[in-house]
Amino acid sequence: MSSDQKVDGGRRNLVLATAAVGGVATVATAVPFLASMAPSERAKAAGAPVEADVSKLAPGEMMRVEWRGKPVWIIHRTPEMLASLEKTESEVSDPQSQRPNQPEYAKNRYRSIKPEYLVVVGICTHLGCSPTDKFKAGAESGITSDWPGGFLCPCHGSTFDLAGRVYKNKPAPDNLEVPPHTYLSDTRILIGEDKKGA
Amino acid sequence: MANNKMTAMLQWVDERFPLTATWKAHLSEYYAPKNFNFWYFFGSLALLVLVIQIVTGIFLVMHYKPDASLNANGVPVAFASVEYIMRDVPWGWLIRYMHSTGASAFFVVVYLHMFRGLLYGSYRKPRELLWIFGMFIYLCLMAEAFFGYLLPWGQMSYWGAQVIVNLVSAIPVIGSDLGVWVRGDYVISDATLNRFFSFHVIAIPLVLLGLVFAHIIALHEVGSNNPDGIEIKKKKDPNTGIPLDGIPFHPYYTVKDIVGVVVFLMVFSVIVFFAPELGGYFLEYNNFIPADPLQTPPHIAPVWYFTPFYSILRANTINFFWVDAKLWGVIFMGLGVVILFFLPWLDRSPVKSIRYRGPIYKGALAIFVVAFLILGYLGMLAPTPGRTLVAQICTIIYFLFFFLMPWYTRIDKCKPVPDRVTK
Repeated sequence: MSSDQKVDGGRRNLVLATAAVGGVATVATAVPFLASMAPSERAKAAGAPVEADVSKLAPGEMMRVEWRGKPVWIIHRTPEMLASLEKTESEVSDPQSQRPNQPEYAKNRYRSIKPEYLVVVGICTHLGCSPTDKFKAGAESGITSDWPGGFLCPCHGSTFDLAGRVYKNKPAPDNLEVPPHTYLSDTRILIGEDKKGA
Repeated sequence: MANNKMTAMLQWVDERFPLTATWKAHLSEYYAPKNFNFWYFFGSLALLVLVIQIVTGIFLVMHYKPDASLNANGVPVAFASVEYIMRDVPWGWLIRYMHSTGASAFFVVVYLHMFRGLLYGSYRKPRELLWIFGMFIYLCLMAEAFFGYLLPWGQMSYWGAQVIVNLVSAIPVIGSDLGVWVRGDYVISDATLNRFFSFHVIAIPLVLLGLVFAHIIALHEVGSNNPDGIEIKKKKDPNTGIPLDGIPFHPYYTVKDIVGVVVFLMVFSVIVFFAPELGGYFLEYNNFIPADPLQTPPHIAPVWYFTPFYSILRANTINFFWVDAKLWGVIFMGLGVVILFFLPWLDRSPVKSIRYRGPIYKGALAIFVVAFLILGYLGMLAPTPGRTLVAQICTIIYFLFFFLMPWYTRIDKCKPVPDRVTK
C-alpha cells in the first residue's frame, strides 16, 4: 500500500503494537545466545590459589608460576636492585602506587610484603603480553644504556622497573598487577588468597 | 535434434527461473568499459581466492580439532591436529599451505583492488554504496584472518589473540567485562579457541558471501568505473542503447580475467610449493611452537597485512585530554580503518581518475602510500624510540591524507576530462 493512502487508525495501531511485541520477543531471544558466550560455571570455578616455594630462588633470579592461566612472577631482588627503585621513582608514572593495581599491603615503594620478594602478575597492563625480564644494564633492543634493570614488553615497548612500575610515556597505562598473596612460612607463598580475603 | 532438446530444456528452466536473463544481465550483456587495464584484474582474483579459501577450508575442517587441552604427549590437541594434517593426512600439507598462502594472497589482491579505487576514484558517486560494501568485505576479511590465526594454537596465535582481545578492554567502564565476554574466560583459553573456530568457519564466511553478492549486485547496477573515470552510460548508441565505450563482460573480460588467473596461479603455486612460509611473512616461525600462556615470545608481530594498523596502535604513547595512551592507540587504529568508509565524501575533486587530477593529489597519494608501507614495515619490527618516532610521523601523514582531502582535492589544478574513454 502506498503511503498516501488513508490508513485506518485502529489497524495502524494494531500493526505497530504487533511489530513492537515482535521486536521485544526478538531482543529477548538474543539474550540466551549472548549470555552463552560469558564464562561458563566451570571457568568461573577454576582459579584456586597456588603455592610457590621460594627457598631455592637465588638473589637476582625470578621464577614463574601459573595462577588462573596467567604467569605470576616471583623475583628475589638483591640490595642493588632494591636501591635502583629509588632512582627510578622520578621516571615512573605512578611511583607511590596510587592506582589500585595492588592490595593495600603492597602499596609501598617495593610493591611487596617483604622488600626482597616481588610477586606480580607478569601480564603487561597495555594489551596483555608477558614482558621479558631485562635485569642487566646496557644497550639492548628497546632499552637505554643507563637502564637500571626491569622488564620490557616485547609487543609495544612498555618498560617497567624492578617493582613492576611502568615508566612514563609508555603505552601501558598502569603498573603491573600485584595479586593477593600471603606468606605461609618464610619461604612458602600462597598466591591468589590473603588473610583478609576469603 | 540435440540442439532443439537443449533449447527446450532451457526454455523449461527459464519459465521457472530467470537463468538466461541472469546470464545476460550479469555476463553476456553486462557492458563494461573497454579500457580496463592491469589494475582491473584484482576484483576477479579476489573472487578466485575466496573460492580457494572456502574449498581448502572445507577439507581442513575434516581433520582439524579446536581443542586446547593437552594430549598424551603434552601438546595441545589443536596444535597437534595441524601437525597431523601436515604430516599424516594425504596431501594435507598442500591443502593447508594453499589455505595459509591464500590468506596472504587475499590481502595482496584486496589491497591492490582498493588502491585501484584510490587511483581512479572508483568510490565516487554513484559508487559510494559499492565502496561501502567493499569496506565491509575488508572488515570481514580482517575478522576471518584474525579468528583463523588462533586456530593452529601456536605462540603467535595465542599472544596475537591476547593482544587484540585486550584492545576491547581499553574501552572505559565496560571494557574489561567485554573482554571476558569475548574470550568466554579470564584468559585466552579453550572456550576462546572454540568460539573463534565457529566464527571462522561459519559466522563470518556467511556474512562475507552475502556482502560479496551485494558488492557485485551494486557494481552491476551502477556499472564499472574505468581508468578515465568517465561514465560510459552517458554516451549510448541511440539505436541499441548500449554504451558506445562498453563491451560485453563475457567473452571479452572473462577471457582477460583468465589471463590474470593463470599468472596469479603461477605465482601462487611457486609460493605454495617452494616457499609456503615466505621467510616468516606468511607463516611466522614462532607459530611452530605450541601456545604457552606463561611466556610471550621475545618478539611478537602480527602477520604482514595487519602491521600498518598495528604500527598506528603502538605509535600512541602519550596521554592527552585525560585519555590514556592505550585508549588513544585503539581509537586511532579503529579510525584508521573506519575513515576509509568516508572516502566518497572526503574527496571533493571535480574529476575521478588520477589521469586528470592535479599535482597535489598525485603527491598526496604517493606520500600516503609510502607512509602506509613504512608503517607496515615498522609493524613487523620490535619498537625502539627512533622507530616509534618514525611511526608517529607516518601515522600523522596517514590521517592528514584523509582529513585534509576535502581541502586539497578542491584546490587542485585538474585537467579537462574527455567525453569518451581514451584507450
